[in-house]
Amino acid sequence: MKTIYLDNNATTKVADEVMEAMLPYFTELYGNPSSMHTFGGQVGQRIRDAREQVAALLGASPEEIVFTSCGTESDNSAIRSALMTRPDKKHVVISRVEHPAIHALCSHLGSQGYKITELPVDKNGILDLENLEKSMTPDTAIVSLMWGNNETGVIFPVEEAARLAHEKGILFHTDAVQAAGKIPINMKNNVIDMLSISGHKLHAPKGIGILYIRRGTKYSPFLIGGHQEKGRRGGTENAPGIVGLGRACELAASNMEKENTYVRRLRDKLERELLNKISQSRVNGDIVNRLPNTTNISFEFVEGEAILLLMNELGICASSGSACTSGSLQPSHVLRAMGVPFTMAHGSIRFSLSVYNTEEEVDFVIDKMPAIIERLRGMSPFWKQAGQSGGVQ
Amino acid sequence: MWEYTDKVKEHFLNPHNVGEIENPDGVAEVGSLACGDALKLSFKLDENKRIKEAKFKTFGCASAIASSSALTEIIKGMTVDEALKVTNQDIAQYLGGLPDEKMHCSVMGKQALEKAVENYRGAPSLEPGAKIICECFGVTDKEIERAIRENNLSTVEDVTNYTKAGGGCGNCQDAIAQILERVKTEPKTGDKPKLTNLQKIKLIEETIEREIRPSLKHDGGDIEILDIIGNRVIVALRGACSTCKASEITLKDFVQHRLQELVSPDITVEEASK
Repeated sequence: MKTIYLDNNATTKVADEVMEAMLPYFTELYGNPSSMHTFGGQVGQRIRDAREQVAALLGASPEEIVFTSCGTESDNSAIRSALMTRPDKKHVVISRVEHPAIHALCSHLGSQGYKITELPVDKNGILDLENLEKSMTPDTAIVSLMWGNNETGVIFPVEEAARLAHEKGILFHTDAVQAAGKIPINMKNNVIDMLSISGHKLHAPKGIGILYIRRGTKYSPFLIGGHQEKGRRGGTENAPGIVGLGRACELAASNMEKENTYVRRLRDKLERELLNKISQSRVNGDIVNRLPNTTNISFEFVEGEAILLLMNELGICASSGSACTSGSLQPSHVLRAMGVPFTMAHGSIRFSLSVYNTEEEVDFVIDKMPAIIERLRGMSPFWKQAGQSGGVQ
Repeated sequence: MWEYTDKVKEHFLNPHNVGEIENPDGVAEVGSLACGDALKLSFKLDENKRIKEAKFKTFGCASAIASSSALTEIIKGMTVDEALKVTNQDIAQYLGGLPDEKMHCSVMGKQALEKAVENYRGAPSLEPGAKIICECFGVTDKEIERAIRENNLSTVEDVTNYTKAGGGCGNCQDAIAQILERVKTEPKTGDKPKLTNLQKIKLIEETIEREIRPSLKHDGGDIEILDIIGNRVIVALRGACSTCKASEITLKDFVQHRLQELVSPDITVEEASK
């Protein structure tokens, strides 16, 4: 059975070009860049190249890029550094829809005596910057807001938010794990202090990420060890991962237009056709301020996990914000923050595309989804009742 | 990704007995759209009062659908009394096991069955003496206690996984912790020798004298035993208690609770009509 992978916000395939670039660094060029010999030292040169490739995607300087092991490490490092370098300040501002890498960390910090403010979003997942302004106090060390939401794709106005934070002398961090490679980012045009990226969301492998740290920003390392990354992150460099991420960033830059034309068109087609063919369905999240590859659709009266497993039978991969896909019994915190009714949240499916998806794949999904939803609705005790009350079109 | 057994997958992909029976002998619906899972169960009996047909409609995840399918298969051919003895463990076992986080799906099957039988018998829907603990999901103290005993649960998280109680707003988590504590310290059935009627009456008198009257007297009230019929203890409240608006609460939450704890869990306390 062919796999149709529409779960690219969860992880992506390693691009062939990326794989090719990485391979020599496992078995041939395996030296340690810190070594005195040329054999190791030449790897250091390739890491410098990769740093430039990453910097180019972000409009940053190479020395502003610190390689880490993943997005979570980058997020954790940024928040902790802000609190370490501003020890007199005990307040952190985030939003209610942040990724667990920020959300869970802040809950933990909350139990350690820090004060955490979670900004609300409206029913479309949009952030009101007035709330941000009101939330910041002289005690605030850092504001951290995600650039693009992983579940809905909704984009936050982080550049404007960073300016507001700076007006009050507060650091600003953004989790750009989903945004990087999907929408243009240019650090020359904003005042964001720190930014996180994860390799495996943009066709590099798992186990590599970066933290962008603007020049002049005080930084306190999370991993303390050797002098790697100019003392900002101890630990022998993940050379294959770094080389792969560099190549992936180069590819992302050249695919940026395709992402915003081809991928966007496929996403829009998928969304439009599913809403057309399946009654009682709707999109979660603002449809304008949104990443070009993501759509989150709720199908009323059916449950997300059951939908996913029937899709799975056909080789179609996606995700759900339903409660039953996790151990907890509540639908996703993102959908709850947006006030999506429970009846809708339970049947939510996130489709996230990439440049590797084809029109045929999207057509296949459009063809198969109505029967899947119909089959589950046929088993649902609520469906007929809704029909009788005239709810079904 | 959940590790579902082949049996769960089979019953999810090709569920047995989906639908609703026309003119059923018993029917019940538990759960709700808001909870994330709901089950409508209906059954029909044959001339020998055995379950001839059972059907379900379920809104929920794969294991909710599979549990419903399994339940309808298990109870076919049983009398309602036999069917009532089916536990959520039986449903899970029939499916070759369920992930811990999904046990509530099998509990939902059990609840639907009980309610459908109540519907058949025309009995009240809430168990006598049961109190709703989890407002979000409508789970009673009795259901929680039973889940704890039958599945040997030890944490609030376990209880949530099995009954959904505490999985919504979370306000009842303290209450669940208290129930866990209570069940954990309760003497195991079998530890306590069965009491004769005389012993029981004596123990009830002693308990009221020693454990209950002093507290009531402290508040200017008093209690008197009028009669004991089986496990029903008929009492009259005196003094301040007799005019107290909270006397019903005193009776159920305090007097009955202490007697259940110290004499027998089957005891109920009633106030004689004034």
